[in-house]
Amino acid sequence: MSAPTVVTTTPSEMTDRKTSIWDGGNEPLKASYGKLMMWFFLLSDAFTFSALLITYGLIRFSHPAYNPKIHGPFAFSQEYWPIPERVFDAVPFLHGYHLPLVFVGIMTFVLIMSSVTMVLAVEAGHRNDRNDVEKWMLWTLLGGITFLGCQAWEWTHFIHGTEEGAMVRSMVNGNWVENQIFGASLIINQYGPPAFADLFFFITGFHGTHVLSGVVLNGLIFYNTAVGVYERRGHYEMVEKVGLYWHFVDLVWVFVFTFFYLV
Amino acid sequence: MAHQSPAGTGGAHKPQTKVIWRTFWILFFITALEFVIAFTMASGPLRVAIFVGMTLVKAFYIVAEFMHLKGEVKTLMWSILIPLVFVVWLIIALLVEGGAIYEVR
Repeated sequence: MSAPTVVTTTPSEMTDRKTSIWDGGNEPLKASYGKLMMWFFLLSDAFTFSALLITYGLIRFSHPAYNPKIHGPFAFSQEYWPIPERVFDAVPFLHGYHLPLVFVGIMTFVLIMSSVTMVLAVEAGHRNDRNDVEKWMLWTLLGGITFLGCQAWEWTHFIHGTEEGAMVRSMVNGNWVENQIFGASLIINQYGPPAFADLFFFITGFHGTHVLSGVVLNGLIFYNTAVGVYERRGHYEMVEKVGLYWHFVDLVWVFVFTFFYLV
Repeated sequence: MAHQSPAGTGGAHKPQTKVIWRTFWILFFITALEFVIAFTMASGPLRVAIFVGMTLVKAFYIVAEFMHLKGEVKTLMWSILIPLVFVVWLIIALLVEGGAIYEVR
């Protein structure tokens, strides 16, 4: 055993030590606490959404896929997973037209556009331009609310179903009974296996909840900007932090759009 | 690339929106192209691969430009990106599992 080393420090070494990276008071990531925590929250949220979308993949892969050679022309059936563009082909005020993915395309455009106005608000914040931040936050709010309205319409249509509905065979008291069903709920689904509807409600619902809380946060930011909180504070970093959240919501939609509607 | 925002210097007070709009047009064209492919190409593994690839390109532009991760310190960038390898593992594990469930059903 060696004797404990005696560390002798001269005053000049003490002052050198002060600047060492291990002395604390550093910002190794060069970002504020709030911004860092937003990033790590978004990382955890990314895991949640990944889990939901991958579950969609798992359940879809555990069901038979539609194959025209076996099943003939496409019709809604409990036997196989539906083709999304056949399910989502309705547009408000255009009843009876087959317009696959048009409405969801509009929703995607609205959300990307509101992401652009958000980043313009962040940019205006860097310039400490209060009027511009207000203007772009209002546009972002409008985009978010429009998206939520579109989603409400899509849910309503999905739940009510098409005019024809679908015939579904089910076991009631030991007998096979054929019922005509319309639309979808958590237990019945005219478009395909009930799991398809469950996943639709879960994934778009969880995303919609994020959009809703994003709209609330954006509203708070707009209010604080309008009453001059950030102008007095001297910086608009809050716009940036909430902006990160809003872009994340847009990012998730890009994935939902691909894996739920396109593939 | 101007990853340090020129507005941060406080000198310029003109809006710096060129990169923002360029990113918007990239996202817009990729989405438009996705629609074209959705209606002109027969579904199959190749189409799925194209869609996934285009989605990742869009994700890159949103995260790098809009969320400005490109301009952050490298340590921050990697501490956000590296944990996402767990997602890759989950995709492989659960899709294989889904296929296995289909086989035994």
